[in-house]
Amino acid sequence: MYKTVITWVFITLSVILFAGCTSTPDKGPADVTERSTGAVGEGTDMQSGAMTSAASQGAEWYGDPLEDPNSLLATRVIYFEFDQSSIGMEYRDIVRAHAEYLATHPQVLVRLEGHADERGTREYNLGLGESRANAVRSIMMAEGVSDEQIVVVSYGEERAASFEHNEEAWALNRRVELIY
Amino acid sequence: MQQQIFFFLIFLALLPPVQADLTIEITEGVEGAFPIAVVPFGWQGKTQPSEDVAAIINADLHRSGRFKTLPQVDMLSRPTSGDQVEFKDWRALDTEYLVVGQVQQSGVKGYTVRFQLFDVYRGEQLTGYSIPTTESNLRSTAHRIADLIYEKLMGVPGAFATRVAYITSVQVTGVQGQPKSRIDLRVADADGHNPQTIVSSSEPLMSPAWSPDGRKIAYVSFEEGRSAIYIQEVFTGQRQKVTAYKGINGAPAWSPDGRKLAMALSKGGNLDIYVFDLARKTLKQLTRHYAIDTEPAWSPDGRKIAFTSDRGGKPQIYEVPSYGGTAKRLTFQNAYNARASYSTDGKLLALVTREDGNYRIGTLDLESGLLQVLSRGNLDESPSFAPNGSMIIYASKAGHRGVLAAVSVDGRVRQRLALQEGDVREPVWSPFEK
Repeated sequence: MYKTVITWVFITLSVILFAGCTSTPDKGPADVTERSTGAVGEGTDMQSGAMTSAASQGAEWYGDPLEDPNSLLATRVIYFEFDQSSIGMEYRDIVRAHAEYLATHPQVLVRLEGHADERGTREYNLGLGESRANAVRSIMMAEGVSDEQIVVVSYGEERAASFEHNEEAWALNRRVELIY
Repeated sequence: MQQQIFFFLIFLALLPPVQADLTIEITEGVEGAFPIAVVPFGWQGKTQPSEDVAAIINADLHRSGRFKTLPQVDMLSRPTSGDQVEFKDWRALDTEYLVVGQVQQSGVKGYTVRFQLFDVYRGEQLTGYSIPTTESNLRSTAHRIADLIYEKLMGVPGAFATRVAYITSVQVTGVQGQPKSRIDLRVADADGHNPQTIVSSSEPLMSPAWSPDGRKIAYVSFEEGRSAIYIQEVFTGQRQKVTAYKGINGAPAWSPDGRKLAMALSKGGNLDIYVFDLARKTLKQLTRHYAIDTEPAWSPDGRKIAFTSDRGGKPQIYEVPSYGGTAKRLTFQNAYNARASYSTDGKLLALVTREDGNYRIGTLDLESGLLQVLSRGNLDESPSFAPNGSMIIYASKAGHRGVLAAVSVDGRVRQRLALQEGDVREPVWSPFEK
């Protein structure tokens, strides 16, 4: 009985998600631009492929989509370029998938933890970490996530994911972690 | 819950200091440093004092890089007062200045420390004092004597009887055996001795700032899962939460009169500079820009606030009147300049600058606009002037570890301060004790 309900809820959600996905082109000029940019490269494949996969996985996955290891929602860390807080194209679908999940689960809260690499001053990096988390937040809110569902916290360079002092470590540390 | 955290912190602060001292080594001194001899002090009384006053004075003078101290083994005689000094003995050793003295017991736990400073070639006393003290204050009395000698010979007060606050981070084993960080805010004497943990947390602690009277430290703590600014009494451990607005509460900076705290808050949607009046509990917004504005620092006259902003695309230093007004850009050389602080005379800004991909400590001459790079590391940060303006202490990396280093403002003297284990960072030099 329990499983049936979950399955039923999830199928419904998949439908909503899928519906949300197909309706995005009508939302406004910004999204249209995104898609046409993607159409010339790999972006389109990634995007549509990812969406199809999320929907088809739904038939086999009986839990919360957040727990589905094959879902875009399984990716919880967004990485950034040096001294940048704009979200790379390769992460936009992931952020949107989280946004869609949150928009359809208004009772779910997410904590966006912004981080920076160790280069530069600590307080400036605190600001940079917040800018990064805010960039994720902006996309989410544009996708209909309520402000009350999002908590932004910046740790700057205070909580490194990698403690080495090289490019690889720095790349791992410039990040926003999505914590449900 | 908040109450519990508070008492936990107080409890930790009261633990005996088990942490190792910072060790300081001079990595580069001045050529033509003054040759000086500090003769072991004489002793009169029942119980031998626990501290070797002459050795502390000797170490202070040596560490400044401005003096070449004579090793005890080379001394031909060991006078403890002026009437015992044979100047020709010291001239033969090319010693230019001589310090002699004695410690006398007075009362049960009291001492009187006498010292005299001589110009060896002229055979004259330059200064001499008799200073009453106690067993527990012997070290600080020795630092004060070193300050007096430094001032007599260098023309500016010494900064030996001061302290440094800094953050340490060590990996410890948690209750369930999992590794976790322990972050401490510590205060030690300027020679690295007597380190005391005043706050300990498993969450980040940042940006300590001394009040102008040296009795309080403002800092940022993430103990409640996000940043908040606290002010803590250094001697009692008492503390108060000053601001915990939504978003970042960072970069506290005391006004020179100690009545206000400039800070960086993002409650308005992004980081701007605000000034908080500590008595009135009022907040005034000083900058209003969509860029990151942070790291405020007051000019010594309290009329201006320098801050870091990336409003021009990259972080640079700007200056704004502390009562509000238009921000003026101060740095134009190098693509990254941040975390400025004014020297005590207001003529220089110490800052972090990026040069050939390396983050280094530099000074900006506010009159000429000349930027001088002083440090040589690749990840140097957090510069802080000594209260006499002679040295800048900063955070650096040695291998994988965070260490503290100091460089003289003219770049000629270099010191490194290392802790036995873990990372040390964000040093801030205390003001002169009042």
